[in-house]
Amino acid sequence: MSKEIKQNFGPDEVLYRPIYETGKGFYITVSILIAIYFWSLYMYFTQVRSGLGVTGMNQPVTWGFYIVNFVFFIGISHAGTLISAILRLSKAEWRRPITRMAEVITAIVLAIGGLHPILDLGRPDRMLNLVSAGRLQSPLLWDVTSITAYFTASTVYLYLPMIPDIAKLRDRGGKLTWFYTFLAWGWQGTEKQKKILNKVINILMIMVIPIAISVHTVISYIFSMTLQPGWHSTIFGPYFVAGAIFSGIAALLIVMIAFRRAYHFENYLKEIHFKYLSTLLLIMSLLWFYFTFSEYLTGIFGSEPHEMHIILYKFTGPFAIFFWGMVVCNFIIPVILLGISRFRTIKGILVASISVVVGMWLERLIIVVPTLANPTMPLPAGIYFPSLVEWALFIGGIAVFILGFVLFSKFFPLISIWEIEEGRKEGIKEVEERIHSYLPNT
Amino acid sequence: MPKWAMVIDLDKCTGCGDCMASCKIENNIAIVSPEEASEGRVMFWMDMITVYEGDYPNIRIKRYPKPCFHCDNPPCVKVCPVHATYKNKEGLVGQIYDRCIGCRYCMAGCPFTSKVFNWYEPVWPEEFRNCFNPDVSLRNVGVVEKCSFCAHRLIRVRENADIEDREIRDGEYFPACAESCPTNAIFFGDIENKESKVYKLSQSSRAYRIKENLGVEPKVIYLSERK
Repeated sequence: MSKEIKQNFGPDEVLYRPIYETGKGFYITVSILIAIYFWSLYMYFTQVRSGLGVTGMNQPVTWGFYIVNFVFFIGISHAGTLISAILRLSKAEWRRPITRMAEVITAIVLAIGGLHPILDLGRPDRMLNLVSAGRLQSPLLWDVTSITAYFTASTVYLYLPMIPDIAKLRDRGGKLTWFYTFLAWGWQGTEKQKKILNKVINILMIMVIPIAISVHTVISYIFSMTLQPGWHSTIFGPYFVAGAIFSGIAALLIVMIAFRRAYHFENYLKEIHFKYLSTLLLIMSLLWFYFTFSEYLTGIFGSEPHEMHIILYKFTGPFAIFFWGMVVCNFIIPVILLGISRFRTIKGILVASISVVVGMWLERLIIVVPTLANPTMPLPAGIYFPSLVEWALFIGGIAVFILGFVLFSKFFPLISIWEIEEGRKEGIKEVEERIHSYLPNT
Repeated sequence: MPKWAMVIDLDKCTGCGDCMASCKIENNIAIVSPEEASEGRVMFWMDMITVYEGDYPNIRIKRYPKPCFHCDNPPCVKVCPVHATYKNKEGLVGQIYDRCIGCRYCMAGCPFTSKVFNWYEPVWPEEFRNCFNPDVSLRNVGVVEKCSFCAHRLIRVRENADIEDREIRDGEYFPACAESCPTNAIFFGDIENKESKVYKLSQSSRAYRIKENLGVEPKVIYLSERK
């Protein structure tokens, strides 16, 4: 079947290939991931059966990995829709092969991250109390609201630009035609349909930006609305948003590099794309440093005893290894690898991105645990060691993310085919005209 | 409307811990295993704080009992997503165990670390199971609990007062810790009532509250010559 198809279709054949050709590697990967998933599910059931006692949490460290990973995963989700919306809005032509992957990250990671507060509940069976007895004055309800809004907006924003591609799959026939016919929503590529689609995408991309910013701002509010030293800070909103975009871009780069290799997208994801995105990553790294510097300098200069106690706990105490590890991962490694052009190869970018993702996870850990472990009352400092269950659910979360991505790639093209075509047909002319319009009239 | 408050005279307190014991029995508080307790999951509604001041050999030990402070501007109530912790008109901060979803946001938000969580299904030794206080509901796994100022006692006192058609007298309503204190260091009453013992003590030059700068207005006042 595949041989015939290859001859019949145009230059973007390589983008269809993952959907129609499935190798051994795919089955092995998926089985391993599903095994991990079931293992973590079993671990979660042990937690539901016996209570949160199976975790390493205690008094005073009442929040642990679940909240850390919640903030972390939601942060990663900012890669997607936000980056894609900003690139679309700024008419960056190089966005075309990137936007789809970015949006998929958002949809999957947001679903995983959004479930984390439920993993953290002592009484998940009473979850619906949030609806029946919800207090909108509580920052947790702001979260529920804005994450739901972001999830809705970003799945729609993922689906709509996919319609022309789904129609292409439908017209190809062969696999799952009924499924693609249903999802293609009667797309025929008429002028009117194109006009409507463009209009809707334009509205959505503008709407999605404030929603995305609100999501991580509100997550930071969970911490900053309390009176606890180390949390009660006005900088937290923008600090979290910047960190989220930072870790999001890094995750996007990792995904791009992985699938470029696995599915041979070298011709689409060129070095130039990585150069541009990694410039953005470098800028975010510097911005992250600026925020971190401001946050800690303010605390140190004022030297309020409780605040200082927590800062020292991070600088020289038990969390020093995590704190300085974070500075190395988030600032030193990316600035060296991305700032010096000799290191700025795909490999260098991959290392920098992995380092940023690790560093941002450490940052979430450093924000959540030290404040809780050092109660302002003269109580002994709390100790927190995550248990096997918490590790299992963390690994399970990552496995579900990879699984979701791999399965998605088996049903839908990871690179927007129609947008690439549009780029070839109309983009070049449009950009030329646009550049002319920038220049002074002669 | 009365506003219930507690005064703890640290110059009288010997740090014996009787208040902790009577509180545990009065309120059917679970007794966790020693291993669990060493992991920081011990359940006290009334805790005893120990502070060591100075260096050896000039050490001064300061001990003080710490219940829930029933803040007049309670940070835990502000953050609860489901209204499972609330402040009533008489200033008591309560917890609705059957509504709590166990998110532990109130615990993270409490500046005094006054709340405890049921990490497992609560357990008691056999002897305790035979003498539960019928006025206090048993909690389930996965919910937050804390000192209620023995609010169940208020219900009884109020019923008696209503039957006799009068106001609640000063000193009629008091929690178990105040009752059991061997040195009478814990006083309890209506702080809005200018005639009450608690009000008079709260005006003493020895009176102070913990972390007044936070503005949460705790309703537990300590008396001490040395602050």
